[in-house]
Amino acid sequence: METSRLTGNRIKDYLAEGKRFDGRKPDEFREISIETDVSKKAEGSARVKIGKTEVIVGIKLDVSEPYPDSPDKGKLIVTTELLPLSSPRFESGPPRFPAIEIGRLVDRAIRESKFIEFEKLCIKKGEKVWAVFIDIYSINNDGNLIDAAGIGTLVALKTARLPKYDEKNEKVLYGEPSNKKMPLSKEIPIITTIHKIGDNILVDPTLEEEDISEVRVTIGGTTDGTIFSIQKGNPKEISIENIHKILDVAEKTRKKVFLNLKRFLE
Amino acid sequence: MTKAFKRSDGRKFDETRAMEAKVGVVPNANGSAIFSFGDTIAIAAVYGPRKMHPQHQQDPEKGTLRCHYSMLSFSVSERIRPGPNRRSTEISKITEWALEPVLMIKKYSNMAIDVHINILQANASTRCAGINAAALALAHAGIPMKDIVSSISIGKIDKQLVVDLNKDEEDWEEGEGSTDIPITMTADGKITHIQLDGRITSKELKEVIELARKATKEIYEVQKKALKDSIKNIK
Amino acid sequence: MTKEKIERKIVIPGEVIVKGEDYLPGEGTEKKGDELIAIRYGLAEESNRLVKVIALSGIYQPRRGNIIIGKVENITFYGWVIDLDSPEGAFLPLQEVPKYVDKDRLNEILDIEDMIVAKIIGVTSRGIDLTIKSRGLGKIDEGIIMKINSNKVPRVIGKEGSMINLIKKESDCNITVGQNGLIWIKGNKIGNELLVKKAIMFVSEKSFTHGLTDEVKKWFEKERTKNKDKIDKIK
Repeated sequence: METSRLTGNRIKDYLAEGKRFDGRKPDEFREISIETDVSKKAEGSARVKIGKTEVIVGIKLDVSEPYPDSPDKGKLIVTTELLPLSSPRFESGPPRFPAIEIGRLVDRAIRESKFIEFEKLCIKKGEKVWAVFIDIYSINNDGNLIDAAGIGTLVALKTARLPKYDEKNEKVLYGEPSNKKMPLSKEIPIITTIHKIGDNILVDPTLEEEDISEVRVTIGGTTDGTIFSIQKGNPKEISIENIHKILDVAEKTRKKVFLNLKRFLE
Repeated sequence: MTKAFKRSDGRKFDETRAMEAKVGVVPNANGSAIFSFGDTIAIAAVYGPRKMHPQHQQDPEKGTLRCHYSMLSFSVSERIRPGPNRRSTEISKITEWALEPVLMIKKYSNMAIDVHINILQANASTRCAGINAAALALAHAGIPMKDIVSSISIGKIDKQLVVDLNKDEEDWEEGEGSTDIPITMTADGKITHIQLDGRITSKELKEVIELARKATKEIYEVQKKALKDSIKNIK
Repeated sequence: MTKEKIERKIVIPGEVIVKGEDYLPGEGTEKKGDELIAIRYGLAEESNRLVKVIALSGIYQPRRGNIIIGKVENITFYGWVIDLDSPEGAFLPLQEVPKYVDKDRLNEILDIEDMIVAKIIGVTSRGIDLTIKSRGLGKIDEGIIMKINSNKVPRVIGKEGSMINLIKKESDCNITVGQNGLIWIKGNKIGNELLVKKAIMFVSEKSFTHGLTDEVKKWFEKERTKNKDKIDKIK
């Protein structure tokens, strides 16, 4: 059952006092727990829990022809599946917009930041490059899947190793990791989604809060203020003053989230 | 058949891989469980009984069990493209057939009981791990059931019968190759599912069923323990 | 004559709870020969030879006379379709409202998304029939709605209301517990309403502890000291 209007009103009233139902402040995240190498068959993987929300991200690599307009660059394909397992609200079938959006938001942040050094994924110009498949799966939805997906993607990429490639026989030797790590740059794109409920700005909503969110803005950027991607979601308008607030909160939030990720990203 | 036969991972011919099971792993679900045979890990979640859509598929005589089996793209070495395929569609159906005989869902007319199974990591016997996880999840969800079902793959590698095939054994090509026989049984020994892929004699098949009976008893103990240990994990 | 007295224990579907000619099969059990078998996961209990399994999980079973909380899902010519967070449909007919209702102005009495406290007056194959004619029933004006598993409701209410009355007293809030697991909390301070929510989650998660009422009293004391510390710090 979706959050009732009554509870929604209480959430708003409480937010006006700077408080949330689970005792957090509006700019506080729930407990983040991160595990790496959760899949033996993936080239890189991570399980991320934010409160009760859980996602698993896996990286698979394959060798294929490059795109004609970038003959010396590797490829990136980001897919998200909102598994029906993870919520009574998700149905079986082809991905619908919410899943597609998460995939595209993560893709944009990774691509625009040039976090993956695609030139280093070239095996033979014009003929063979590494294709990086990032597959994101929801395991339990209690709000804020986007940010969990972002964290999982960063950590999975950081721990990913290229498999050996048998050039003569044109075969990827899965299960035989080379000592080559995924080539990553130093600019780390952290994705955070900032929400507005009534006059209040908050981060990391529970499902209950997400249900009554009026505006959300997902921003991908670094901890030192460079922004790579922005997307506003939900069909309400927002004032310039509030966008400024959101940008400020986003920057502060990225720094806090980074502290949680630091030990995985070194 | 030599009883001293050793397998690629050192197991005896009638030894299962190390099994683990836990319920309550998906807080949103009415019931959920994870079950693994060694490196093969399946997670299952049950939603229901709940309203069934589309309406024209509703059954006024009883509840409808719907199973969906799917492998994560990175559960295997060569990435699987997300989305249903013929294999997952078939496994979804046989999973339904493996579970339905023990469900007592006559009173849930026009309702659906949805079981979603995802394979997180695959090293053969994924459908069996899925059925074991699904049976646990259904019990955890409070669905009335006559019994728990337990599923195991019995194989024949060349001429040797083995319990709980791993991928190497599934791919065996020497001699008579590999025959894969997944079987699901209730705790009191009734077969709710059996498939076979390969080459075998009727006599050997009777031995296979004996081995399955023994193995499913072991699996049942693992499942029972997961449910009994779970008091804290009820939604 | 069997003298075996069974203690409360967790049982799984298909498990033999007790053997004995004179035991009777209650809810959640089946008798096969002289064996009482569990047909659902839960807590087996026996009193006066009647053996039953108390459900720990599973959906709400609607019964006539139950007080429930629901949300208005739709408005028809004859009344309101109510969502009880349960697979059966529920309906509140025009006639079961304690005031004159203008057939063209149903939405003025109860609009879509409004929450109500209602009583079940009938459970048929068509669905659940509701009334809001008695005292204490009707539209919910403000407060928090929370959800627990419907099987925990008896624990939250307590013997003759002892638990819920304790929580009401300690928090100074009005609390209406729906048998379907939805609970309405209304107090003069949001902080107190949330305290009730926390207390109910506490009771709900600790279903099996004996002396739970005392534990809850202690819990409230602890919470009061916690908040007192907060206030002292601000000074």
